[in-house]
Amino acid sequence: MSEPRVEVVRISNDPAAIAALRDRVVRVLDEEGFSDASAFAVRLAFEEAISNAFRHGHKGLPADEPVEVRLRVERDRAEIVVEDRGPGFDPRAIPDPTLEANLDKPSGRGLMLIRAYMTTVEHNERGNRVRMVFQSRTSGN
Amino acid sequence: MASGESILMVRREEGVARIEFTKKDILDESNIQQIGEEISKIIDQSEQPKVLISFSNVRHLSSAALGTLITINNKVKNKGGQLRLSDIDPQIYEVFVITRLNQLFQIHEHADEALSSFA
Repeated sequence: MSEPRVEVVRISNDPAAIAALRDRVVRVLDEEGFSDASAFAVRLAFEEAISNAFRHGHKGLPADEPVEVRLRVERDRAEIVVEDRGPGFDPRAIPDPTLEANLDKPSGRGLMLIRAYMTTVEHNERGNRVRMVFQSRTSGN
Repeated sequence: MASGESILMVRREEGVARIEFTKKDILDESNIQQIGEEISKIIDQSEQPKVLISFSNVRHLSSAALGTLITINNKVKNKGGQLRLSDIDPQIYEVFVITRLNQLFQIHEHADEALSSFA
């Protein structure tokens, strides 16, 4: 029985730092034997959550204000928590980007993609922290 | 900000600007912004632009990249032009389906098919 891989990282809005953490997440998923499709899903959700945290959560905050990322990976399950230092938002207030009237709007798809690819997606009350879990379908129910 | 290295390869074939990416990941904000600026310049150069964007080298893209593609599509349409997408990896195509953007864009399996679809 292997122990879960747990990492807690604080990163600022620096493309090189974000890319390094992305590569780290991908490596951990690979080492834990995630399939290509599962790794694609987790990586996409990670990318969108980090992007949301800096683009929206930290709007108006200094670029060096860090976002905290907690990663826990074990065999068929990956959990990522992304917490920003912004005021938070109401996830229920995001318009559905798949409605005809919103299809040609260039933003508002990140959270929808996270929800589509991850098994569980939860926000805290304030709306500055998202917890995302990917559970491989091959595991027991 | 000017960058010495383009993320795009652009060639012209029978009046069509055929664009490919040199990177397999289209994720970084700065890259996405640069792509938007470079393609906007191509659109600006033509009265009725015909643009084909091939994703043959691309393995990952973010919703911010989708946003840039939508902006490009809107610009092309505003000029009475035509935009086609092609060679999209199945995993990425799934992202287009989930977001229903496969209904907004004209997507072809291969670039040759896309090229012959221009009016």
